[in-house]
Amino acid sequence: MYSVAELKEKARVARCDVLKALHTVGSGHPGGCLSAIDIFVTLYFHVMKVDPKNPKDPARDRMVLSKGHTAPALYAALAHKGFFSVDELKSLRHIGAMLQGHPDMKHTPGIDMSTGSLGQGISAACGMALAGQLDKADYRVYTILGDGEIEEGQVWEAAMFAAHYKLDNLCAILDNNGLQIDGPITEVMSSYPIVDKFIAFGWHVIELDDAHDFDKLEAAFAEARTVKGKPSIIIQKSLKGKGVSYMENQVGWHGKAPNAAEYETAMAELNAALAELEA
Amino acid sequence: MADIKKIATRESYGNALKELAAEGKDLIVLDADLAAATKTEIFKKDYPERFVDCGIAEANMMGVAAGLASCGKTVFASSFAMFAAGRAFEIVRNSIGYPRLPVKIGATHAGISVGEDGATHQCCEDIALMRSIPGMTIINPADDVEAKAAVKAAADHDGPVYLRFGRLAVPVFNDPETYTFEIGKGQTIRDGKDITIVATGLMVNEAIEAGKVLEAEGIDARIINIHTIKPLDKELILKAAAETGKILTVEEHSVVGGLGSAVCDCVAEKCPCIVKKIGVEDQFGISGPALDLLKLFGLSSENIVDTVKKMLK
Repeated sequence: MYSVAELKEKARVARCDVLKALHTVGSGHPGGCLSAIDIFVTLYFHVMKVDPKNPKDPARDRMVLSKGHTAPALYAALAHKGFFSVDELKSLRHIGAMLQGHPDMKHTPGIDMSTGSLGQGISAACGMALAGQLDKADYRVYTILGDGEIEEGQVWEAAMFAAHYKLDNLCAILDNNGLQIDGPITEVMSSYPIVDKFIAFGWHVIELDDAHDFDKLEAAFAEARTVKGKPSIIIQKSLKGKGVSYMENQVGWHGKAPNAAEYETAMAELNAALAELEA
Repeated sequence: MADIKKIATRESYGNALKELAAEGKDLIVLDADLAAATKTEIFKKDYPERFVDCGIAEANMMGVAAGLASCGKTVFASSFAMFAAGRAFEIVRNSIGYPRLPVKIGATHAGISVGEDGATHQCCEDIALMRSIPGMTIINPADDVEAKAAVKAAADHDGPVYLRFGRLAVPVFNDPETYTFEIGKGQTIRDGKDITIVATGLMVNEAIEAGKVLEAEGIDARIINIHTIKPLDKELILKAAAETGKILTVEEHSVVGGLGSAVCDCVAEKCPCIVKKIGVEDQFGISGPALDLLKLFGLSSENIVDTVKKMLK
């Protein structure tokens, strides 16, 4: 079990790794990676029952990254957990690399489902949860959705399915950073009121006002585990670009990599954060 | 002729699922509110705990199937061809095809022989769509015996499979005692040297009937049943191209992207020869009795006979 301070440090290092990888390849989605990284760290270092030495263990907890474009953040968490070398992050998105632009379950240890096309991951997570229910297995299934992603109709087909079949071993996390590619979700295509919608669809909703507070994240996952007879969703307010001042809450950082100067600034900020952690 | 039994291959699908379960295969069958039509209700009646209705939500059903398969389940996901291959195409591509998950898609009501429901439900594009997905196996069985064998072979196949079934009851011409099925292996029904008729699905029986008429008129047509459209039995097709020089393909599917296109792709590269396609021309279907529609769209033994004669002129 890791302390909150240790989780914070893991998340800080993972943020550095992600930015380094995106800067090296010159493309990717830094905003969503930085907003979701604390969830990945919480899941893989605190919540989930997984063994990096046995990534296909049938009894393991599973995680489907429905918002697949934040794969680099997941890769950083998996690498630090020991599923593969941190060095692999350098070849992210390169020809012949194991780490594809979006998660690829066939080639990357620790990836439970290939995702990337929005709206599809949650359905696969439902299938995994159903398999667990049919087998009376005690593993849990986690899936991370974006707030723009839930504009996809398939998400609501899956939401209906999960409640209908009482998949209480399923826990979704909605990364509510408020932004999508074309602008704020309230302007592009509002998915609000999100909480009311999931309640209406029969889910247990856990609202989290700060997705970057590890104590609150741990409490939310603990609550989800106690829910019986229905699926849970943690709807968490997060900050797109969290941890790098000029990326925070900026639509423009959805899908572009930092240049050399921007990268240096980001690293300086994240290194300063280490000093704060140690103080 | 009088006692030829007729069974719709969708019925064979339901029966085969039930037989597989009875043989001890641990199946999960999904449907999207069409169990009565796809005939998965036959399985559901005996194994309700292993039947999961996904409601009218085919996209989610394909994703659920992928998730189940990733946990080691043998999953059949069922709907009409239009919705399984059409509506859910991208989920089949990205959630099933790309990770090569061994989901079996049981698509019924394929082709024009859906009949009265008309164009919205007559899917003549599914083979084309599924052919475009890397690693997808496509099986279009011709009769009850072949359909049941195909379902059982698919259950054991390590990869995604698209199974195509019809609504219309069709003659059972294979002998269950002697019939053998292998994915990817075509079946030479009649040897011949003048021309090769390559047929699939319910058109195989029409090809057999056409072969009898042609024989009576002194035309020696080779007849090949291609139940597996992908991977195509290229060896058998190329041999026919080399030995008979002319090929007529016959399918209850669009002439764009189906069996005819697959055969053309094959021979054009390795053994160019004259190929003519009988299929649904580049158009939508219409409402009407299935048998009348098949004739109207040229999917008949008569049209096969006429076309062969023209090709040999």
